[in-house]
Amino acid sequence: MTFEYAPAPESRSIVDIADAYGLFIDGQFVDPADGRTFPTVNPATEEILSTVAEAGQQDVDRAVRAARRAYEQVWGPMSGRDRGKYLYRIARLLQERSRELAVLETLDNGKPIREARDVDLPLVAAHFFYHAGWADKLEHAGFGPAPRPLGVAAQVIPWNFPLLMLAWKVAPALACGNTVVLKPAETTPLTALAFADICRQADLPPGIVNILTGAGDTGRMLVEHPDVDKVAFTGSTAVGQQIMRGLAGTSKRLSLELGGKAANIVFDDAPVDEAVEGIVNGIFFNQGHVCCAGSRLLLQESVADEVLTSLQRRLSTLRLGDPLDKNTDIGAINSAAQLERIHELADSGDAEGATRWTAPCPLPDRGYWFPPTVFTGVTQAHRIAREEIFGPVLSVLTFRTPDEAVEKANNTPYGLSAGIWTEKGSRILWMAQRMRAGVVWANTFNRFDPTSPFGGYKESGFGREGGIQGLGPYLDSDVVDHEATVRIGFGVTEVAR
Amino acid sequence: MTLTASLPDADPTALRRFLQGLPGVDEVGAVGRAASLATRSIKTSSKSYAIDLAIRMVDLTTLEGMDTPGKVRALCAKALRPDPTDPSTPSVAAVCVYGDLVDIARAAVGDACHVAAVATAFPSGRASLAVKLQDTADAVAAGADEIDMVIDRGAFLSGDYARVYDEIVAIKEACGSAHLKVILETGELRTLDNVRRASWLAMLAGADFIKTSTGKVSPAATPPVTLVMLEAVRDFQTATGRTVGVKAAGGIRTTKEAVAYLVLVNETVGEQWLTPDLFRFGASSLLNDLLLQRQRMRTGHYSGPDYVTID
Repeated sequence: MTFEYAPAPESRSIVDIADAYGLFIDGQFVDPADGRTFPTVNPATEEILSTVAEAGQQDVDRAVRAARRAYEQVWGPMSGRDRGKYLYRIARLLQERSRELAVLETLDNGKPIREARDVDLPLVAAHFFYHAGWADKLEHAGFGPAPRPLGVAAQVIPWNFPLLMLAWKVAPALACGNTVVLKPAETTPLTALAFADICRQADLPPGIVNILTGAGDTGRMLVEHPDVDKVAFTGSTAVGQQIMRGLAGTSKRLSLELGGKAANIVFDDAPVDEAVEGIVNGIFFNQGHVCCAGSRLLLQESVADEVLTSLQRRLSTLRLGDPLDKNTDIGAINSAAQLERIHELADSGDAEGATRWTAPCPLPDRGYWFPPTVFTGVTQAHRIAREEIFGPVLSVLTFRTPDEAVEKANNTPYGLSAGIWTEKGSRILWMAQRMRAGVVWANTFNRFDPTSPFGGYKESGFGREGGIQGLGPYLDSDVVDHEATVRIGFGVTEVAR
Repeated sequence: MTLTASLPDADPTALRRFLQGLPGVDEVGAVGRAASLATRSIKTSSKSYAIDLAIRMVDLTTLEGMDTPGKVRALCAKALRPDPTDPSTPSVAAVCVYGDLVDIARAAVGDACHVAAVATAFPSGRASLAVKLQDTADAVAAGADEIDMVIDRGAFLSGDYARVYDEIVAIKEACGSAHLKVILETGELRTLDNVRRASWLAMLAGADFIKTSTGKVSPAATPPVTLVMLEAVRDFQTATGRTVGVKAAGGIRTTKEAVAYLVLVNETVGEQWLTPDLFRFGASSLLNDLLLQRQRMRTGHYSGPDYVTID
């Protein structure tokens, strides 16, 4: 007899999903002006979970008006201490409802409940707690003696960490005294709508947080709305570029957190077993739907075979399947469209001569799935080494010397993150100084903390989220002029590194 | 694997170079991996399977200055029939006693279960080699078919790997056909790098099992230490073809912890090691918790501590 793990599904009964949701504007759920709706689907089963409203121009106008009024009459004039009180209250409610929110996130996104429960939700609450603490201390944060909020923030977030990206956007904006209109991704609106309910539960005055569901058009109307002071976007580089073009010539401030093609660099003196864990966590965490994923593995040639053997053995133990099962490691791909893109890029790896290895995981019949996949024999010229796949696909390259590792790691239009694996401390520092990436992890990967600034170089965007540096993009102060978000974001981060 | 070509002989310099050249262990990473495996949810049929397997892996232990023949006989009765209310309960793997009580234990269990003796000036190991060899020979002569020896931690920490190696080789010879478990006493080795080196050292010298702890030093067995030892037996098998067992001893008291160790074994070295021949728990109070949980799985409700026997 073998040690099979019996199914251990997290109970779904803790969540109560309505048949339909309106838009959350001025403290109330309202129907969209033109009555348009769209379904949201559980990607693990293709079951329709609910129907949500699609916000049009009138709804965007209404939401921005509500946010403006709340900014001018309530939230802007409120003392930092009182703002902090609301944020602490929201943080506590997020903790209290974390099991429900984790299940909801798993249903709508497809990520394993283990990750939603152990990573997403604790970080969501931590982000609100951290920023609640800043609300009454902004004059001591290094942005001049009296930093002021910007006004109304338009925020557009992606589907990979729906509630966590909401927290990264909403918590600093509110702590700094701004009001927000947030658009969650069209495939994962449910936890943002649950957050709207938490705002009501916390008695947050109307209009401070507004949630507009919709797709790309809604997002465009929102960021281009003339009465918005600040735009924050996390998502693809292509959309980020569109937004930046649309905002050119306006006085709106912009911060962008875009794609990545991070190098995870393993030297021959690395702690091999832990490096293998780090490689797995780097690219297979959240099915690889991570902008800072370690999607390019750079192995020193002298240990390449040994590490690859260990990696394949480890990948063979990954458990793919029902995301609600507490023992599932790899969940579902978020949407049919994303699955198709992953297939297309993986097929290009075959066509361009790389060698594909697939973990021996049976795939469920329904839903959107892609098994953990490793391509070896990849060179810098391959598409799978240059383009962001945003899926559980790892491209393996080799290098001979530290200089070559630096050169290859930086040889990408992106610059969001990098990983370095070596037991030699001096080499970690030497490498980190040379990485053109916003986050450099040493002997670990995909670690996040609200006190640590996160953001990119080059086409991975600009502006920082988290830490003191993450307050800058939401403050107007003596040292921050209207174009300086970029400079502050970079400058402070480089000093910190 | 590259290690095969470079396995050291007993030459002190080669041995030292080899052990210090093993890949390092990143402690944060190892602790994180062990913690993440501990979140596995083992329920229903898999829990029943794990409980019975864990019972079969227990080395039921008494290692007290106050041990008497009466105590050891009671322990042996418990080992053979852990739950008198349910004859389907499996026996444990072995009873583990001090050397002078081996004959009592052997007489009590006959051939129905292994008798393990701690030897080599357990638990400190601070005695001459001659005394340690005599200690071992006495236990084997009295009927022990498993010997749990301790390594000389002082020699290990001073870098005298060859001394530790030679001692294990000598004890192994004194064991004859008895199985040799080598106790690393990881609570005194402190770093996971040391745990990895000591594991390889013991295996190279001929250990049949590597064992975490005496149970007399805190911390005893921990999941990260056991993880590193499991990785060592896995890599040693790849390098040499020889399969070595692992015994986690001390500090494991609950079914939940025991099941987490089985998950660790399952996902680090695989099913091959999920047998009493290759994985053991050194424990005393663990067995009763396993029995309580087993009764719960069978009857659907918890009984109390008076429904399992105290020995």
